[in-house]
Amino acid sequence: MSTDIFQAMAQSVIDGEKEEAARLARQAVTDGIDPLVAIDQGFVAGMRYVGEQYTLGEMFLPDLVLAAEAMKAAIAELEPEMARRGTARQVLGTVVIGTVEGDIHDIGKTLVGTLLSANGFKVYDLGVNVPLQTFLDKALEVNADIIGLSTLLTTTMINQRKFVQALEAAGVRSRFKVLVGGAPVTRSWAAEIGADGYSEDASGAVQAAIQLMQGG
Amino acid sequence: MAGNILSISQPRFRVQPLSETDIQRIHEATLHVIEHVGVRFPSPRALELWQAHGAQVDLHTSTVRAPAALIEKALRSAPPTFTLAARDPQQDLPLDGDHVFVGTDGCGVEVLDLESGQRRRSCLQDVADIARTADALEEIGFHWVPVSAQDRPAHTRSLHELCAIWGNSSKHVQTESIVTAHEAHAAVRLAEMVAGGPLALRQRPILSIMQCTASPLAQDGGSLEAALVAAEAGLPVGFMTMASAGSTAPATPAGTLVVGNAEVISALALMQLAFPGAPVFYAAAQTAMDMRTGGYTGGGPEDFLFGAASNQLADFYHVPLSMGSFATGAKLPDWQAGVENSLSTFMACASMADMLLGVGLLHGSRIWSYEQMLLDCEIFAIIRRVLQGIRVDEDSLALETIAAVGPSSHYLAQKHTRQNMRSLWMNRFFDRRPYDTWEALRDGPPDFARAKARQILASHQPQGMDERLSAELGDFLSYLDAEEPA
Ligand code: B12
Repeated sequence: MSTDIFQAMAQSVIDGEKEEAARLARQAVTDGIDPLVAIDQGFVAGMRYVGEQYTLGEMFLPDLVLAAEAMKAAIAELEPEMARRGTARQVLGTVVIGTVEGDIHDIGKTLVGTLLSANGFKVYDLGVNVPLQTFLDKALEVNADIIGLSTLLTTTMINQRKFVQALEAAGVRSRFKVLVGGAPVTRSWAAEIGADGYSEDASGAVQAAIQLMQGG
Repeated sequence: MAGNILSISQPRFRVQPLSETDIQRIHEATLHVIEHVGVRFPSPRALELWQAHGAQVDLHTSTVRAPAALIEKALRSAPPTFTLAARDPQQDLPLDGDHVFVGTDGCGVEVLDLESGQRRRSCLQDVADIARTADALEEIGFHWVPVSAQDRPAHTRSLHELCAIWGNSSKHVQTESIVTAHEAHAAVRLAEMVAGGPLALRQRPILSIMQCTASPLAQDGGSLEAALVAAEAGLPVGFMTMASAGSTAPATPAGTLVVGNAEVISALALMQLAFPGAPVFYAAAQTAMDMRTGGYTGGGPEDFLFGAASNQLADFYHVPLSMGSFATGAKLPDWQAGVENSLSTFMACASMADMLLGVGLLHGSRIWSYEQMLLDCEIFAIIRRVLQGIRVDEDSLALETIAAVGPSSHYLAQKHTRQNMRSLWMNRFFDRRPYDTWEALRDGPPDFARAKARQILASHQPQGMDERLSAELGDFLSYLDAEEPA
């Protein structure tokens, strides 16, 4: 019976059916299944499959985003039970991400956030046109490991540098890894402003984030 | 001196992907969306205007829901035709529905250096050099800011860019790099200095301004306020949707047209509510996202369809259209750039878009290439010739000459041939040489284009600006540089 429900969980993620995923999560709680086991053997299995198919070019970005949403819906249902049992899901790291002040380009940053969360990071997406102070406040609040700054305008790129300087001024530079990206941003710019990581696209951003978590 | 600007006029045939019923349905769907879903206008000034005209405004989310009648009435006050004036009146561009003009693309962030071929960050000198090259090219009617002047302060960069173009070309300038009211005020002031005062600028707007909408169904506050400042000064103002099927718009092209249309016409309506009769234009560069990576494609069959369909919509609203064509993801001036830029530009030209943006950028509008700039001009020249169609009259039927030559023989020695041969298209960049010649040199169209660009830059002298005026512009820029960034 258990394998059936795990299979259904995986399938709900693969199909990107978030109501179904949430329903199965509730059922797991009713049935007394350990939420961590439900996540690992059910939902994550589905996510892994979608990730593989996406990498192979068989599934498309909307498949991936829908799967991630279904996964999120399931976890939201399981969280109270995890809290009750005093357990927590293992995450690769916590990331605060957003597009810097003065810039409203949304898609690239959203994609990076989505892929990071699909790959096991806890992601707080602050949206676009985000004041630098808001990044810092949120990062402190959620004890983030990584702060991701996106910018697509040459006129707002400067905010990435200002942010690194602001972290230094606040004496918290060593607490966070800073990851930067966006159309005009290059590896050499990232090095110039003293950021910790850079990627030209979303899959690369996941690799970069994993590397940063491993202290690289 | 710049020569005559080449445009497409009186085409012999047209491409119209939408039927009249299609257009009507898209229009009605658009009005439904504006009235019931709403469009975000995150600017206090814009929201006040909408409120004053009876639209339903949610101040918390900045969402405006405007009744169909309000939008339709506002759009009716937009002038159907107007002229983009140039510093040199010979280079004025009538946007009268019977001309297609090409501009440079913008606003790139890197340049393939004309000498070294290396890719590097763009700077002010690039803006000046590209403007000077564009000044010499007859296919180019007007300028966008081609690349970003990254060696100038962020808060005045857009203004340095404008002055660099004026200093190097007497053609019309349309800026797409101004996104705050503060910059717009300064730009108007600079344009007034060049035009000879506020009234002269209003009568002969040597500057126009293009803003992006923020798909889906939103505007950018700063851009809106900049546009209002420009419209108030009499500068033509356009709003461009870059709705992308699958990511910022529905995955169906019809749905993408609706979302983009709602953004553009709501913004144009706002300009009309604020300044009835202000010259405005529709601008569009819709695309479809790359379903595998989510990347921006800019170039593909859907784009080509959008290119022609958008003009049908702009015509329906009786406003000029500025269409994104020449859009490619290619990294070099190669096969991909040729295919994407030819087809997008053909579709936009064959539907008579008023302005085409633009020549010269590669890699999704990020990297400037002089080679691509000249090759794009050639694409336009080819399409221009195609749309001239086939003239059928007594002279062109050539019956007398046919009889004179008779069967076999040839037409090389005919007066009729000499009289008409120059109306056949003349190749500049295709490689039509013998194989041996190519094999010895192994060069090709980008190399020919590069040589031409180098030659232009080495020799072309634009119609200069009065020295006192240049100095005044420079002084004003220095004053602005010294201001605290807003
Ligand atoms: C679509 C688009 C828009 C849309 C955005 C819609 C939306 N909802 O997001 C709209 C129409 C709103 C828009 C507006 C403007 N735009 Co725009 N836009 C683009 C365009 C064509 C594609 C961007 C995009 O969505 N790409 C798809 C995503 C998936 O890719 P991406 O954003 O690059 O993100 C990837 C990587 O960069 C990286 N990445 C991104 N962020 C991060 C963060 C981290 C931490 C990491 C590790 C990686 C990473 O991973 C992402 C996923 O693979 C680009 C050109 C281009 N090719 O980039 C111009 C571009 C960025 N825009 C540009 C300009 C000038 C503007 C405007 C100023 C125009 C105007 N006058 O209104 C306004 C800006 C207003 C403002 N204040 O911000 C210029 C900027 C260059 C410059 N000179 O500064 C560009 C380069 C185009 C051009 N040549 O003119 N734009």
